[in-house]
Amino acid sequence: MTVFYILLLFMIIAAIIAVETKNLLGAVICIGAIGFGASLMFLFLRAPDIAITQIVVEVLGLIILIRACISRELTFISGPREFFGVVVSVAIIFAIFLAGIEVLKTLPDFGTPIFAQVPEAASQTYISEGMQKTGAANLVASVILDFRAYDTLGEATVLFTAIIGATVILRKKTKKLLEDPDQ
Amino acid sequence: MKGMTIIVKTISSWVKVLIFLFGIYIVLFGHLTPGGGFAGGVILASCYVLLMLAFGREYAEENLSLPVASKLDCVGALLFAAVALCGLLYGAASFFWNFIHQEYLVGTDYEFNLVSAGTIPLSNIAIGLKVGASLFLVVLVLSMFRPEMSGNKED
Amino acid sequence: MLYALCFLLFMIGLYCAVVKKNMVKIVIGIMVMEYAVNLFLIMLGYRFGGIAPIVDKGQLDLETGQIAAGFLNSSVDPLPQALVLTAIVISLGSLALMISICIRTYEKYGTFDITQIRRLKG
Repeated sequence: MTVFYILLLFMIIAAIIAVETKNLLGAVICIGAIGFGASLMFLFLRAPDIAITQIVVEVLGLIILIRACISRELTFISGPREFFGVVVSVAIIFAIFLAGIEVLKTLPDFGTPIFAQVPEAASQTYISEGMQKTGAANLVASVILDFRAYDTLGEATVLFTAIIGATVILRKKTKKLLEDPDQ
Repeated sequence: MKGMTIIVKTISSWVKVLIFLFGIYIVLFGHLTPGGGFAGGVILASCYVLLMLAFGREYAEENLSLPVASKLDCVGALLFAAVALCGLLYGAASFFWNFIHQEYLVGTDYEFNLVSAGTIPLSNIAIGLKVGASLFLVVLVLSMFRPEMSGNKED
Repeated sequence: MLYALCFLLFMIGLYCAVVKKNMVKIVIGIMVMEYAVNLFLIMLGYRFGGIAPIVDKGQLDLETGQIAAGFLNSSVDPLPQALVLTAIVISLGSLALMISICIRTYEKYGTFDITQIRRLKG
């Protein structure tokens, strides 16, 4: 219980530093600290699958993020936005904060999940019959690839589309650039 | 683009084999131990990214070039859809029906073996292929963008 | 209380994404929000003294195929774990997409400042 508080406070401090620091490379490294803290937290929350995935995804994500801000003329951008924009953003943040406070009151206590009190919850079926019905000892794998495989199909489609988008955006020379001599 | 120092090159040439083997282990044993296609695929991609960072982009492209990576990506996606479609042809005739476990392995005590759980290991292999190839592809594309930008600046 | 700290992390990410002017800072804010949401979903399924949702050899009755009652009463929820597992990999793909947009914009305008980009229209 205490380790959760320590890890969450560590992540919050790293997030504040990442948001407020002027150095862009330092902000990226603080993102790495948040990610590895989240990975440890997943491990203590008894989710080893997600801990493995998070720690590897974090490494690749850091490489991609550092790629964006290395060998650039990093101008330190400071100063506020326009007045109207700031007012609208603060109003949006305040509205979401109030909504979140209302939601926090209705949540169950930490450590006593809802699915444990409802006998006909879907998760109870996955735990009790997942091994017989799919034969996989890892119940997370049985949920991902058998009970809810449509989610995985949609995820594969989204990943495919994101990669196609990144490839098209970073294409060497577009047709417009070739035709337009001004560029 | 010529890569890093001799120390990094030597160590990464030893370690790359272990990382690749660990990725294959995570993919194959995804239905018995923590892991699965997603984590294993990202580990396989990070093996090639390590090669690219240590030896330069040309060396990584000799091992796995961009057309081959994009074809592997498509093959993974098609394999996953094909496993799902096989469930439509067999037995209960529903998409993603786990036909191997329900029809061929029923009643046998194959639990906790590598060959168990029906279509789940096959889907894991397809997902691992797809995730690994596509993530390596995106890092390769991001690193190929560099020369053009510096060329534009000189102009 | 842990949920409130998680919500605080989400609010920090939202503040960063809405107020900052640097494009890479906006991407960083979106990443912080993703971490907070993933953590919150996993926390919802945790129970005290829980064990990971992976069946051991001793917990399965090989003749009847029944799971031991000790596992049923102490396993954490596998459903949010499965949903978050796909969300993490999707976040890496969308991060690559956002970073490629940032690099393309930097190449065209020479800056990451979004107010500058708005003025240099056309």
